[in-house]
Amino acid sequence: MVVIEARGLDKTFRIASHRVDSLKERVIRPFTRADYRELHALRDVSFDVHQGEFFGIVGRNGSGKSSLLKVMASIYRADAGSIRMAGRVAPFIELGVGFNPELTARDNVLLNGVMMGLSRREAAKRLDAVLDFAELRDFVELKLKNYSSGMMVRLAFAVMVQADADIMLIDEVLAVGDAAFAQKCMDVFHEKREAGKTIVLVTHDMATVQALCHRAMLIHDGELRYIGDPEETAMRYYRLNFGGADGGPTDDERRAVPDVHARLVDAWFEDEAGERADNVEQGTPIRLNVVVEAREELSSPIFAVHVLNADGATVFGFDTRMDDGGADSIEAGGRVRISGTIENPLVPGRYFANCFVYREGAARGALQVMHMPGFVVFGTAPAPGLVSVRADVRVVAEREASR
Amino acid sequence: MSERTLELRDVHGPSALGGGRRRAFDLLYLIAATEFKQTYFGTVLGYLWSLARPLMLFGVLLAVFTQVFRIGSLVPNYPVLLLFNIVLFGFFQEATTTAVTSIVNQESVVRKTQFPRIVIPLAVVLTALFNLGLNLIVVFAFVLGWGIDPEWTWLLFPLVLAALIVITTAVSMIVSSLYPRFRDTAIIWTVAATVLFYATPVLYPLEVVPDTMKDLLMLNPLTPLFELAREWVIDPSAPGPVEAAGGWGLLLVPIAIYIGVCVLAAWVFNREAPLIAEQL
Repeated sequence: MVVIEARGLDKTFRIASHRVDSLKERVIRPFTRADYRELHALRDVSFDVHQGEFFGIVGRNGSGKSSLLKVMASIYRADAGSIRMAGRVAPFIELGVGFNPELTARDNVLLNGVMMGLSRREAAKRLDAVLDFAELRDFVELKLKNYSSGMMVRLAFAVMVQADADIMLIDEVLAVGDAAFAQKCMDVFHEKREAGKTIVLVTHDMATVQALCHRAMLIHDGELRYIGDPEETAMRYYRLNFGGADGGPTDDERRAVPDVHARLVDAWFEDEAGERADNVEQGTPIRLNVVVEAREELSSPIFAVHVLNADGATVFGFDTRMDDGGADSIEAGGRVRISGTIENPLVPGRYFANCFVYREGAARGALQVMHMPGFVVFGTAPAPGLVSVRADVRVVAEREASR
Repeated sequence: MSERTLELRDVHGPSALGGGRRRAFDLLYLIAATEFKQTYFGTVLGYLWSLARPLMLFGVLLAVFTQVFRIGSLVPNYPVLLLFNIVLFGFFQEATTTAVTSIVNQESVVRKTQFPRIVIPLAVVLTALFNLGLNLIVVFAFVLGWGIDPEWTWLLFPLVLAALIVITTAVSMIVSSLYPRFRDTAIIWTVAATVLFYATPVLYPLEVVPDTMKDLLMLNPLTPLFELAREWVIDPSAPGPVEAAGGWGLLLVPIAIYIGVCVLAAWVFNREAPLIAEQL
């Protein structure tokens, strides 16, 4: 049974390149309407989601996937096309539900319960369940502005889960929170999937898409590019991201991002002797050194290093936090050095590395992406796949079987 | 699997109304009640503050208009009238000025959830109405204490109040929906509200105003409301709006403006509501 039916959705935002939001501007420049730049966020998007389906929406930043979710959640109105949905809808947008930071957790939970379609009595009845799920019972009378972002996300997610809606619209929940929370989200997803609830999940995380989604959809430049098999969707997503041998428009766009938050001062790899090297022998550990300068104060930054192969697929990555005698923020202009040794399971080939700066618990995406120089892994034992692993496997003749 | 069969329904996107009446009422009540609680939570004297403001204004104005300008001495029961008017106008002013930024203040709610947008300005008016209700108790105690006997016309006062609530709501809807787009609405409205304070017979009754000015004041839809309230509650011998205006014909002008403001409010809010989330 179809529970979401979208037909020919179209949405255009008009972005003023010269912001006209005061009357004075209007009076002084009455003819500046031409200054509007049109951003076509959705173009003729049609799809169906069935009951009990776990449906993924993937796409790069600015592809229109979040706008689509907001249209489904009735937060934006589509310019053209129609959308029909069955049952009660609970949205989880931009890492939250409609919280008012000036109110206590209790008030916010009640308010949002009602917004998601519960009656006041039902919302009050579920207050305890929400607090238990979020593990925030001790902070029920605390105003939300005093919550940490992690607590806030937990509470928001709990509200949405306990609203027990027929359709959940979720935007990027797994990007934040600690491992325990991520696990909890996963548990909920599995549980809701079993219970036959319909979940629409917008995400960048292909592993989630592949693990959970029954079907997925790829959106690019507001157009639906593919809908169907999650594996295929993930693959097409990767191809879009890293398309072109030496960086198509994708990489150009990325490079165009100015170093607003942080700047890569230097990055290099070292060989075992401690000399700078751009190649490393297969199987020997990689020694990484990155010096990053903060352009503005970065509090609790998380640095992630991703290693990509020549095809653009991320082979592995890891996060690190600052660990400097309790200091966990960098003042503007301050520098940090990220260094250490990384196990090297890479098969011979050319690799790239990117360093991302995240703010802890922050909304979507990285603050800054910094491209590090590439390196080559050389060796004489090419293996199939992306990595070569140590395998303790022997082959012996099977004695009983031999006649 | 859920047992009930779910029916596909059209999703129209955000709007001024829509989304279920019960939910709208629940939300309205919750937002207004929490707002009310929030205003007085953490202040030492709590509710007394909301009374202190009009009382202080009253004290100052009473001193000025009885001791300095002496208009007050021409008008029967002037102090009672002044306090009564200040509290009524205070409601209008509090609601409309709070309403201006109300939608932007609720930004996170507006951007992340779907609900009838009209709830926000309505909640502001409702919060102000809670205040007005409490203040009116004090005012009526004062009226009785002053020695004014209750009249049967007191029963008509809710009609004036209803009319005042409607126009307050209408103005709140207009300013709150325009603010996300034109940020100077806030400044303009602060000035406009002050102008209205003097252009409404709050400090003075209409009959002491020269005729040329009177015509101007009668453009203000609040004028007949205040005159009516005075006639019905404070002073049955007061001229009342018809007489003060100089005939029914002239009274039609503020009535037309009143209706005009309400229609404008419905039109503006309906037009802006679906787009508000995008403009924040």
